[in-house]
Amino acid sequence: MTDAPHIPVARRLLANRMFLATCITCTGLAVCVLAVLIVSIMMDGVHRLSPDFIANFASRKPDQAGIRAPLVGSIWVCAICALTALPVGVGTAIYLEEFAKRSRLTELIRINISNLSGVPSIVYGIIGLTAFSRFFGWRAGSEPIELGNPESLLYLRLPFGSSVLAGGLTLALVVLPIVIVASQEAIRAVPNSLRQGALALGSTRWQMVSRITLPASLPMVMTGAILAMSRAIGEAAPILVLGAPLMVLETPANLMSEFTVLPMQIFNWAGRAKASFQEIAAAAIIVQLAVLMSFNALAILVRQRLQTPFQ
Amino acid sequence: MSLQAAAAITSAARGTPIPRSSRDRSERVVKSVLLSFSLLSIVTTFSIVAVLGIEAWGFFTGFPDKPGIGLIPFLTGTEWSPLLGGEQKFGVLPLVCGTVLVTVIAGAFALPIGLVTAIFLSEYAPPRLRVVLKSALEVLAGVPTVVYGFFALAVITPALQRVSDAFGTYNALSAGLAVGIMILPIVCSLSEDALRAVPQSLRDGSSALGGTKFDTSVKVVLPAALSGIMASFLLALTRAIGETMIVALAAGGLAQMTMNPASQVQTMTGFIVAIFTGDAQANSVEYASSYAVAATLFIMTLALTLTGSAILKRYREEYE
Repeated sequence: MTDAPHIPVARRLLANRMFLATCITCTGLAVCVLAVLIVSIMMDGVHRLSPDFIANFASRKPDQAGIRAPLVGSIWVCAICALTALPVGVGTAIYLEEFAKRSRLTELIRINISNLSGVPSIVYGIIGLTAFSRFFGWRAGSEPIELGNPESLLYLRLPFGSSVLAGGLTLALVVLPIVIVASQEAIRAVPNSLRQGALALGSTRWQMVSRITLPASLPMVMTGAILAMSRAIGEAAPILVLGAPLMVLETPANLMSEFTVLPMQIFNWAGRAKASFQEIAAAAIIVQLAVLMSFNALAILVRQRLQTPFQ
Repeated sequence: MSLQAAAAITSAARGTPIPRSSRDRSERVVKSVLLSFSLLSIVTTFSIVAVLGIEAWGFFTGFPDKPGIGLIPFLTGTEWSPLLGGEQKFGVLPLVCGTVLVTVIAGAFALPIGLVTAIFLSEYAPPRLRVVLKSALEVLAGVPTVVYGFFALAVITPALQRVSDAFGTYNALSAGLAVGIMILPIVCSLSEDALRAVPQSLRDGSSALGGTKFDTSVKVVLPAALSGIMASFLLALTRAIGETMIVALAAGGLAQMTMNPASQVQTMTGFIVAIFTGDAQANSVEYASSYAVAATLFIMTLALTLTGSAILKRYREEYE
């Protein structure tokens, strides 16, 4: 800091003004990109939106094609993903924040989670394919084992193959690090005095967590969970690796049904040269964005409604 | 509030007198369930390493009926033609080259713009504008990547073609720009977090010494937040390297050693998509090669993630 070069005030003020101009240009550019993105998709796709587009199955003829199967498939996959990733993710966060002592193992788990969040989703797709669809090559080449009645909801086939269950579990792997990190932050935000109060009154750790820490952090945990689910519902790469069929003409009946999801359908249509397929791709994108917007709105609502007096 | 909490505990303690031993037992059960949940993340990593490692090893050392490719020819080969009817060639460099080209374009677009926008948001923008801009960025961050792929094909590529005839339907620049738009919100919001974490006293000190807003932001706040900014850059680049749907739609399907942004390229992720959407047999060499490519991709992203956390740990400026 000694002998800093002397810069005349006028030049410094000029630099100041020019930098502000650069700032506004860059920010404006970012906003413009968002505007162009939304406007161009609207212009391409909005005239294709109709009740039929939601209610119809996919078709070779773009005029009759709809998104019924991918829309329902997305809901199934998202539900399976939520039912598996949320308990495991929140549980991991609780363990790390409330139970774990500083040890090599917990340090390893922490580093591991930060590394897992950097793994590309297509790699998770390959792992999901190997682990859930094929059970690591178990019974390769022979018929899968069937459990239960194919008509019932709880019908299972081992290995899972390209089923909606395999898809949901694979997406659970993708979002697990996000859920864990968000829940950890939420639990950490609970003031320590509450914990000390609970422990001083003689509660065990788990009583403290289940009655004090978790309720207090619930709004933030749920916000993180909803955002993680909106990530899951937009993922196409892992589902693509699992081998979702190009055209699905029925909605899932049970966990072993074949399925597709909205982003996959968008990918299939967007990749075709014909302009009419581009238009229905854009229409499907509008539906997808509408779903995501309602997820975001839900997250904001939860944050405001469940605001506990603890924070 | 703590009254409420205290009441909850007392009523629990008084209402259901649980014997000590059973309380301890359920405590132990809960703890081991939670521990097993957190061990699942270790199992996941272990499966990633094991699956990719074993399959890639098979690809390198050979199959019962075919010779292996070998690690050195794989890592140094400059030709990648796994699907052609003629001689199959498995040199990964063209795929790495395609990934690097797309990532460099994305970074050149998103890192400067993202950083300057972050400085604007953190240092200049009035609070209400900041809230509006941050929510716009949140919208951008939530858009699925396949949408950016569509945007690249439907908007960016036609615009590029109007500028120059050199651009084909598939080109690296269009895909790179779309990836850049995708990582822009990441750079922006993480860098902004880092900038805002710098204590106000530093800004006040700079202003008191006669620094302009520019001096304060760029010469004081920016260096103080540098480790966080670098970490945000690395995280964004990691996402760019692993991005799949955009390059699968817009970058093309021809693996070649080129740094020409107008030509089509195939990235590592693009190749994996091509294998799993194509009709490669599950026990063929080209199918096995996708695991070797995925292993390469995994190692590259892992290296970037580790570097990012090392930078954060090592160079964090502590002001407390």
